[in-house]
Amino acid sequence: MLDIVSSRANSQAESVYCAGQWTLMWRRFLRHRLAVVGGVIVLLLYVISAGAGFFAYADPEAGSATRSLIPPQPIALFNDGRFEPHVLGLKRVRDPQTFQLVYTPDPENRIPVRIFGEGFQYRLFGLFPTNIHLIMATDEAGNNALNLAGTDVQGRDFFSRMVFATRVSMTIGLVGVTISLLLGVTLGAISGLYGDLVDETIQRIIDILNSIPTIPLWMGIAASVPPDWEPTQVYFAVTIIISLIGWTDLARVTRGRFLAMRTEDFVTAARLDGASEPRVIFKHMVPSFLSHIIAATTLAVPAMILSETALSFLGLGLRPPAISWGVLLQQSQNVQAIAMTPWLLLAAIPVIVAVLAFNFLGDGIRDAADPYSR
Amino acid sequence: MQQIHTQGSLSAQLLAAKADPDYILDVRDLAVDLKTEDGFVRAVDGFSLKLRRGSTVCIVGESGCGKSITARALLRLLPDNGRITAGEIRFRAGDGSAVDLTREEANGLMMRSLRGQDMALIFQEPMTSLSPIHTIGDQITEMIHLHDQVSHEEARRRATNMLARVGIPRAETRLDAYTFQLSGGMRQRAMIAMALINRPQFLIADEPTTALDVTTQAQILDLLRELRTDYGMSVVFITHDLGVVAEMADEVVVMYLGAVVERANVRDFFHSPQHPYSQALLRSTPRPDGVLGRLESIQGTVPDPLNRPLGCGFNPRCQLCIRGLCDVEEPPTVALANGTDVKCWLYAPERAGVPLTGQPAKIDKLRQIADKAPDLVQVGGTIIDVKDLKMHFGMGKGWLRHPVGAIRAVDGIDLDIREGETLGIVGESGSGKTTLGKTIIRIYEPTAGEMNFHRRDGSVVDLAHLKSRDLKAPRRDIRMIFQDPYSSLNPRTTVGNIIAEPLLVNKILSGAALEARVCKLLERVGLRAEYRHRYPHALSGGQRQRIGIARALALEPRIIICDEAVSALDVSVQAQILNLLDDLQKEFGFTYLFIAHDLSVVRQICNRTAVMYLGQVVEIGQTDRLFERPMHPYTEALLSAVPVPDPDANVKERRIVLKGEIPDPSNPPSGCPFHTRCRYSDGKRCVAEVPKLAQTKDGRKAACHYAESFELRGQL
Repeated sequence: MLDIVSSRANSQAESVYCAGQWTLMWRRFLRHRLAVVGGVIVLLLYVISAGAGFFAYADPEAGSATRSLIPPQPIALFNDGRFEPHVLGLKRVRDPQTFQLVYTPDPENRIPVRIFGEGFQYRLFGLFPTNIHLIMATDEAGNNALNLAGTDVQGRDFFSRMVFATRVSMTIGLVGVTISLLLGVTLGAISGLYGDLVDETIQRIIDILNSIPTIPLWMGIAASVPPDWEPTQVYFAVTIIISLIGWTDLARVTRGRFLAMRTEDFVTAARLDGASEPRVIFKHMVPSFLSHIIAATTLAVPAMILSETALSFLGLGLRPPAISWGVLLQQSQNVQAIAMTPWLLLAAIPVIVAVLAFNFLGDGIRDAADPYSR
Repeated sequence: MQQIHTQGSLSAQLLAAKADPDYILDVRDLAVDLKTEDGFVRAVDGFSLKLRRGSTVCIVGESGCGKSITARALLRLLPDNGRITAGEIRFRAGDGSAVDLTREEANGLMMRSLRGQDMALIFQEPMTSLSPIHTIGDQITEMIHLHDQVSHEEARRRATNMLARVGIPRAETRLDAYTFQLSGGMRQRAMIAMALINRPQFLIADEPTTALDVTTQAQILDLLRELRTDYGMSVVFITHDLGVVAEMADEVVVMYLGAVVERANVRDFFHSPQHPYSQALLRSTPRPDGVLGRLESIQGTVPDPLNRPLGCGFNPRCQLCIRGLCDVEEPPTVALANGTDVKCWLYAPERAGVPLTGQPAKIDKLRQIADKAPDLVQVGGTIIDVKDLKMHFGMGKGWLRHPVGAIRAVDGIDLDIREGETLGIVGESGSGKTTLGKTIIRIYEPTAGEMNFHRRDGSVVDLAHLKSRDLKAPRRDIRMIFQDPYSSLNPRTTVGNIIAEPLLVNKILSGAALEARVCKLLERVGLRAEYRHRYPHALSGGQRQRIGIARALALEPRIIICDEAVSALDVSVQAQILNLLDDLQKEFGFTYLFIAHDLSVVRQICNRTAVMYLGQVVEIGQTDRLFERPMHPYTEALLSAVPVPDPDANVKERRIVLKGEIPDPSNPPSGCPFHTRCRYSDGKRCVAEVPKLAQTKDGRKAACHYAESFELRGQL
């Protein structure tokens, strides 16, 4: 049989011909710039989560009254024209009229900023004890002198607290999403494959679950958890219960895909080839919707993050001494924070960034999820 | 709603002097580009056409040749990524003024006033081209209100008259029906009513009958011819079916890869086609009056427009290609003595800038490769014996889906399939032929009846009553090739895996032996072994269908059910696949159950044919005799409805146009299912008694009370 010789390079065409669905998806994904940016940011956030101790420069628990409510202080990069990153030490004075603490930078006191400096002890990845941090600045007394995001009322460095909060907020939602994933895909598959009464029943259950208002539900659950449980335990319990309600989206997506695929010729062909039913499902149908599941899951994570933040903000989720974005925001829930120490509201920014990044990433994956539609 | 009235525009006045008064449309060197992810694609490359008033031009071509884009471009209805990059479209509007449509804004006042008033377009798929949320009446009256200032009652009156004119019964009530409430033929009539309500002078019909059954197609073509004469319209008719061309066209334009390769008078085109592509197309078209045997096919496939070959677009597939000339320089369009225009170097070798090495050959007469007698097929004993097979699908109503009625898709079929033969099952949509095929292979479990399968070792097993787990063994002997090449292959796995699947699952081969077998199978169906690493998205429709055949072959079956296996393919590719199936049958001795709606194809390759109507077989017998002299009125009507690619065949005059539509399969008529539309119905016995499929003289079986007494007309 004669093949048409193309005027373009054959190898380039061949690479497209032999490209599997993941390769095609990846290429399509890369064209969606915003999604790529989102993906990079998400990756960055997880890197920070993994090495929280490394990126933070102060012990998030260590506060001192002498460093209470310091406003954010940028790092000065140049000293008389020379590249010498440093911060200026602060002198603390209480204003006699307002009784407010006023910090003034002291130009005599230059504290150099070091990369990979030594600071407080922590365990990298929970395993290796070390005290190296990305950036460090200590004054003569050996105390931390950096105030990238200021300090809170107890004198704890806010930036370091945000870094540790990132770890908690980004990972704790994953447990809930995993449970939702397993529940949702299984129930959606059963619904889509068997149809009729089973399908009807599951769909009506989903409708009921969807119609329950979330915040009162959470409040009720949080109230019913035993009071002697530790905050983290409480939080896991709440997360699990939330995920028992949150699987509906994934179930619908899965069901839709199975319904569409049941009648496809290639599925019938696989059955006629003699494939057993499990093989037809797992080898022939599942690859078709795996990418959609990944997209739906990626979009479920920000919902989890937001729900954790909201719960903790309301005081129903994590509580101090646990640190998460919601906890940090909960501690700024007063007029003083808004009026006088607005840097304490900075914790809202990583929430926005993370949620947006996940959403863009999920959108990009979802658009690329079906590389065969043009 | 805003009214738009035609006005003589300034630009029109400027052009009035230049345009030819006799031509309603004068297109010169039209070029259209499409912007795709992979760059700009030249979809139309130098299209020229002069359409005289009252004449019909048919644009013919296979998929990807640019005919639909041309139609859209003429009406300035290109998609967002399309642009007209060159050329002129001079159109003579109703008031006599000439306009160059390329200079107008695509959605400007001039174009909007022309569309629907002076120019109209009928689409291929009425279901997607009519609005699902508006009634038919709303859509037609909208057309009226856009161009004329009338009261609502007057508009409704006009719409009702138009619906009656296009043959929709009970027009006043149908006016308030929604699109989904109408059948395919009715929807197409509604679309024609909508397009022609303002009596445009110029109509473009973009494959209006491709999606319809052959009997419905006959009705619609009749209707179009009537309206064309009544309204004095000039028509551009786009189609890939040469039979339709022979019936409708005064002039034929053949397109390939966006360029016009031949333009000729319809008789000249069919009797002496000039361009090698036209000749090849005619030779590879199956005919209902043709002879059993091989079709000539065009080698290769239509190239992707992004990879157009240098020089003449057709050169890689052309048997008369002059190397060094045709693959280097684009040929000029030559005007021949009889008025035909050809774009081919064979007719203007002296204009070539390159010296020729030899004399180009000329083929001027169309030959059918029917000179050799068809090989006699060794037909053996019965392989599957179907007795009184019934497949009823229950319709459930209500929340708990309690059964209300049943769709009687297959309603009592007796059939015997003999080893080594090709049995054709022919019918229109709703006849149950696809359901029959799927029931035999047990995709569905039959409601009643037996399917006795004679195994290789001599034992007989009833497929209808086998449990699911016992089906694995017989399914190795009965395989299926599906209709849609795009959905029948798993897009997410390689071609090699698709073909290997049946071998793996049945634990026949593995490892290196499996790979070797896959390679051999690929080569046997005409593809290179390297294709096993490719994914289906990289292959064309014809190539994918070959994969489907290879998959069916893998288990070395005895019988293969071809469920409309070539219906979705272009004519030239169809010929290749049919020839392949023929070769494989000769080599391996397969039995084919060939389900199709295209009678010409069935004529070409089937030894015996069974005609189905509303779930029953109405006639079965030797193909050539069945086609020459049918014994059932439905067969007669079906055969007369098929358009023949010969303008002198006078098919239109002999045509039996069936009235009405195919009845609802959940509520079949009493007695003979065909009596509601049969012109020979006696009104008594036909209504009361169901005719049995009885043996007649000639070895034929027909289900008609009067089969023996008829002298029905067939093909030739």
